[in-house]
Amino acid sequence: MSHDHEHDHDHHHDHGQDIPSDTALRVKALESLLIEKGLVDPAALDAVVDTYENKIGPRNGARIVARAWTDPDYKARLMGDATAAIAEMGYTGAQGEHMVVVENTPEVHNLVVCTLCSCYPWPVLGLPPVWYKSSAYRSRAVIEPRGVLNEFGLSVPDDVAVRVWDSTAEIRYLVLPERPAGTDGMDAEALAALVTRDAMVGVAKVAGPAAKEGA
Amino acid sequence: MNGVHDMGGMHGFGPVEPEANEPVFHAPWEGRVLALRRAASAWRRWNIDAGRHSIERLPPADYLRMSYYEKWFASSIRLLLDAGLITPQELATGRRDPTSPIATPPLTADKVPVAIAAGGPTLRQISAQPRFAAGAAVRARDINPTGHTRLPRYVRGRQGVIECHHGAHVFPDSNSRFEGENPQYLYTVRFAARELWGDSAHASDSVHLDLWEDYLDAA
Repeated sequence: MSHDHEHDHDHHHDHGQDIPSDTALRVKALESLLIEKGLVDPAALDAVVDTYENKIGPRNGARIVARAWTDPDYKARLMGDATAAIAEMGYTGAQGEHMVVVENTPEVHNLVVCTLCSCYPWPVLGLPPVWYKSSAYRSRAVIEPRGVLNEFGLSVPDDVAVRVWDSTAEIRYLVLPERPAGTDGMDAEALAALVTRDAMVGVAKVAGPAAKEGA
Repeated sequence: MNGVHDMGGMHGFGPVEPEANEPVFHAPWEGRVLALRRAASAWRRWNIDAGRHSIERLPPADYLRMSYYEKWFASSIRLLLDAGLITPQELATGRRDPTSPIATPPLTADKVPVAIAAGGPTLRQISAQPRFAAGAAVRARDINPTGHTRLPRYVRGRQGVIECHHGAHVFPDSNSRFEGENPQYLYTVRFAARELWGDSAHASDSVHLDLWEDYLDAA
């Protein structure tokens, strides 16, 4: 577990190789030590990894959005007390203890960031993507949100206000995107399939069914 | 602390680069780092605020160079050492000190779903009334604490408007130092983009932050 040689290997994170990276070996060594000391249960580690790799992800948030689009009473509860309304759907807990939903409209576009670390609503979106945690996104989302959105291919018109939500406390934000045109007859399950993680962070809009097929 | 982690408004980091079909973890060790942190936190020798501060205290050059999970790994070692759960000798050899007792893990596999579903709510009941009402003009204090704070530099000294409060929440500045939760009202404060960034910002844009009462003065 010596740190003496780590700087020789900093730029060799070739995760696809057969030879484990220096970091992988050091993590394995710490895990073995903690297990040997009885500090952690290896089965609990497996369960945590499995939860975030397979059980929690943006499909949860998509179901919330689709229900809000199709059930006006649910939407009212969601906008009034998002934590409770999201819990109704079975999504609670770590990094989503206190939820707020912000709604995109023809006049307002919302964008979520955490400039100080990488706070993100895990129960509804899963773990954040690398770009959300990047220095570029964290530094720029607050000072030039329209420039960042342009890089995601989203040009916000001048007459639409951009509201940036910097997650500085334990309130976690989920964007309720606008329901796309051409989806009038669709049920919640079909609508949920259209809703992307990026739209729920606010760096994209939800495309209608035709646009999605062509993408 | 006025650390490199406090990035809002900085220039020079280049474009945001999304990755197509990004996996949850880019290598198995990333998942293990997340899980080790979660399982070790169950000893309750530190709290989420102390955990965040341990990442902020990484040397700035390391902070910028490391990936997210490398930072978590480095900070977890720091927390484990500081809490006395492992010794420097054990870390160096990778083997348990044979004179130390073998513990019983507080987080077992059967408890993981409940622990994740419960999380760690920070809402607390206090008897005090909120100092600020919705619509009130406030100014973020110009403070420069050397410890952990969740008041970013880019709003210090700037004027905003109270949107709402979220009840009283654990105050990170004191909690990170293990000096108590000091729960106090947490407000969403709206700052006009031009108040923060000047005339180059769009006139109708705004930035909203969740700020504790101790970060705010009436304006």
